[in-house]
Amino acid sequence: MAKRTLRTLIGATLLAAASLGQAQEVRTVAITQIVEHPALDAVYQGVKDELAEQGYTEGDNLTVMHESAQGNSAIASQIARKFVGESPDVIVAIATPSAQTVAAAARNIPVIFSAVTDPVGAKLVSSLEAPGKNISGVSDMLPIDKHLDMLQRVMPDAKRIGTVYNPGEANAVSLVELLEERLAARDLKLVKAAATKTSEVLGASRSLVGEVDAIYLTTDNTVISAAEAVISVGERAGIPVFAADTATVARGAVAALGFDYYNHGRQTGAMVAKVLNGANPGDMPVETMDTLDLFVNPAAGKRMGITLSEDLIRDAKEVVKSDK
Amino acid sequence: MLSEIAFYGAIETGLIYGLVAFGIYISFRVLDFPDLTVDGSFPLGAAVAAVLIIGGWNPWIATGAAVLAGMAAGAVTALLNVKLKILNLLASILTMIALYSVNLRIMGRPNVALLTEQTVLTPWYNLDLAYHQVPVLLFIIVVIVALILLWRFMKSETGLAMRATGANPRMARAQGIATGAMIVLGVALSNGLVGLAGALFAQSQGAADVTMGVGVIVIGLASLIGGEAVITPSTVVRALLACVFGAIIYRLAIAFALNADVLGLQAQDLNLITAVLVTLAIVLPGVRSSVIGKFTRNKA
Repeated sequence: MAKRTLRTLIGATLLAAASLGQAQEVRTVAITQIVEHPALDAVYQGVKDELAEQGYTEGDNLTVMHESAQGNSAIASQIARKFVGESPDVIVAIATPSAQTVAAAARNIPVIFSAVTDPVGAKLVSSLEAPGKNISGVSDMLPIDKHLDMLQRVMPDAKRIGTVYNPGEANAVSLVELLEERLAARDLKLVKAAATKTSEVLGASRSLVGEVDAIYLTTDNTVISAAEAVISVGERAGIPVFAADTATVARGAVAALGFDYYNHGRQTGAMVAKVLNGANPGDMPVETMDTLDLFVNPAAGKRMGITLSEDLIRDAKEVVKSDK
Repeated sequence: MLSEIAFYGAIETGLIYGLVAFGIYISFRVLDFPDLTVDGSFPLGAAVAAVLIIGGWNPWIATGAAVLAGMAAGAVTALLNVKLKILNLLASILTMIALYSVNLRIMGRPNVALLTEQTVLTPWYNLDLAYHQVPVLLFIIVVIVALILLWRFMKSETGLAMRATGANPRMARAQGIATGAMIVLGVALSNGLVGLAGALFAQSQGAADVTMGVGVIVIGLASLIGGEAVITPSTVVRALLACVFGAIIYRLAIAFALNADVLGLQAQDLNLITAVLVTLAIVLPGVRSSVIGKFTRNKA
């Protein structure tokens, strides 16, 4: 009922606008997310804010539908069907399971995904450069090359890089494989130390002493849970520890080049706006994060035997002052 | 109102959860065995089917293997209860949490995508039907076959022995029924059906995900109880039909809730709606019979 009234209202407004010679079309964006938690909620907010900035304002010339599956995949599937049935201009799918259910249900409707680490592995797109069908989006894959640029900027002479990882964690394993490949391309050597649980992280870090010039940690859940163990080894042995996520800098890592999920949402929103303006997702390469924030911790650097240059500190978005 | 695609989507998911409700009917109703294994055996079925399909197996064989894997999981729960005397609820919780690790092992990662693979649905898309109607047709056939097989089983000598085991274990033992074996068979059968549901669900939604078992037990129970409120389960066939109808009604209710902008309902209210639906389904039949009771007493 209310919907019909709304449609009539919108219709009337459209007619009125058209008669004034300034017809403005109301576009519809449907956003589905698998579960509500801070990072994914930030993506949702980012998408809406970016759309507003690009001239698509909710309630004015934009209708936003938003549903969360509350972690339940059967409901995610029903949300996908509901959205496909309403045929909006774009469906935005936040996180891998939601993106897959939408991809299974939507044949012709443009889909933009967000917060998907491995879109090719998730079979959402056939390649990152040319997705081809009706789907593209933003991946939250770590920009390993940019991280390595940062690491080399701090330590140009480092030749052997160590990492601690959990061989039982799928994401961690694929990140370490990628890291090894990217390091090899720079003529650097990766030294791996495995820790299957948090209690093994200290021992694994110790095994790197004498073998490496620096330690770089990915977003491996097991290792990040016990990051202090790696940092304490780094401090004692004078090996600088770098991280992929900015939160670890406050815990004592030297530096990290990370992103926050609100900006991830903003970037997703920019892609959505392009589609609303007529672009076809199949022609849009999958994007990774381009706004990265540098966090540095000069005191931690000192404890690990390096001095961070003035210009690096100047470039940092946040300089962590920890003096323990 | 509901769009056609959302409607067929609700029926499709309802049919799959009808299989889950069959399983829960066997464990909860026939055997009186509160079994939470299903939260693990649902993704187990999905994982086994997905990995085999990726490995190039025929999707029907992969689905069959998912049923066997589900049965094995159910057998473990039952054996923990029968042989090691662990409380049935606790035994099922133990299997459920173990299955999380097992599922990760089987898949090798948290999510295995099937979007571009050949599934049991693929050949059916050549039929002259809309894309969203195909899964409904196939799953109706699967559910009818499962219903007939279960009905015949329940009427067989073994089925009757299983029902006796659930109704009155002491009496059943006195009649020479191996009640332990009946519990193992029943819980295995139950989880085999749930494994089948998981395998079909993964193939229709495009991926197996390690988290997809969350809440399966609650939804299955909601379907079972809701169905019994509509169709009085006086015979086995009626009870099985109640499972399917309950699951479909539940899914339609969710689909309507997703569309209920009118009532001011939002995404975050969904779990609350589920709880209210289940509560109503449990309470309403009682209210109805007490009302009817009053009327009949007045007449007499």
